[in-house]
Amino acid sequence: MKIVKKGQLSIASVCMVVGFLLALQFRMTEDMRESLPYQRVEELSDRLIQTEKERDALLEEVANLNKRLGGEQETALRRQAALTAMKGEGVIVKMDDSKQTARAGENANLYIIHDDDMLRVINELRAAGAEAISINGQRLIGTSEIRCAGPTLSVNNVRSAAPFEIRAIGDKKNLESALKMRGGVAETLKVWGIQLEIAPSDSVYVPPYRGIIRFNYAKTAEEE
Amino acid sequence: MALPITGLILGLILGSLCPILVPIAYSKLFSVAILASLDAIFGGLRAAANNKFENVVFITGFFSNALMATFLVYIGDRLGIDLYYVALLAFGFRIFKNLATLRRHYLKKRTAPSVAEEKSTLNEIIE
Repeated sequence: MKIVKKGQLSIASVCMVVGFLLALQFRMTEDMRESLPYQRVEELSDRLIQTEKERDALLEEVANLNKRLGGEQETALRRQAALTAMKGEGVIVKMDDSKQTARAGENANLYIIHDDDMLRVINELRAAGAEAISINGQRLIGTSEIRCAGPTLSVNNVRSAAPFEIRAIGDKKNLESALKMRGGVAETLKVWGIQLEIAPSDSVYVPPYRGIIRFNYAKTAEEE
Repeated sequence: MALPITGLILGLILGSLCPILVPIAYSKLFSVAILASLDAIFGGLRAAANNKFENVVFITGFFSNALMATFLVYIGDRLGIDLYYVALLAFGFRIFKNLATLRRHYLKKRTAPSVAEEKSTLNEIIE
């Protein structure tokens, strides 16, 4: 009997250790369930789709409301702020990454479109008198950025990947020849095999800027 | 029987109050360790029931089982062999076996004072 009693004591202490381990494991599992990767993926993606739908609906509403805004002066101002869609003669430029593969030892980066390639094209278009420009549906305004975002390009904080479609309204001959000029952008890009297709058109549609313009820091001031 | 249960409850309370959480990556190792210790406990209970209990054997068995199982699973993880399931199977098997032995023992005990014939029939049924 004494042996059993003694045994019970050690069993009790081992039980305690097991209880401790069990409680820890239990809490760990709870913790794991709460963490994001273990939540139901479907639910999350559903929510994402729904949110995207909501966003699209809101964007549409914004566009509709914008349409209703009247006043001649206001329309002119809106046009200047790139808040209205535009149509007119111009060019549609299509850019895509090179189909050539980099040879051994060569930098593969040279064969894909970067922000500076895009900037040069845009700059050339602007210099040639483009009045409205959009990149993959993003209207360029004064605060638009064009920068690499990983393998994609970010314009108006919206990312898009190659191929890029640049729409520009302006004198179509001027715009085209500005890009195709000898030693110009198109020629340099062609060295790397980056595809640049320039299609002049009589009716180019450029979408309006759909984001929100906020002035958090800048305040209207008197001219100095 | 009261003492082990008290110990278990005490351990549970301590565990739930413990401020440190083991990282999720180690949860596999942890569960094997728990299984090994459960196995040791049931083995110990069985030995106690059969009056064969030895303290040193029990304690060393407990620690070596838990540590070895964890170690093996860790090594298996490193080698890409799922020793986890092996440990799970072996310990699970032993736990149920010990449990069955324990059950029989207590059933026997209960039926022992009554008629001897009944005991033998019960044994047959269990067997």
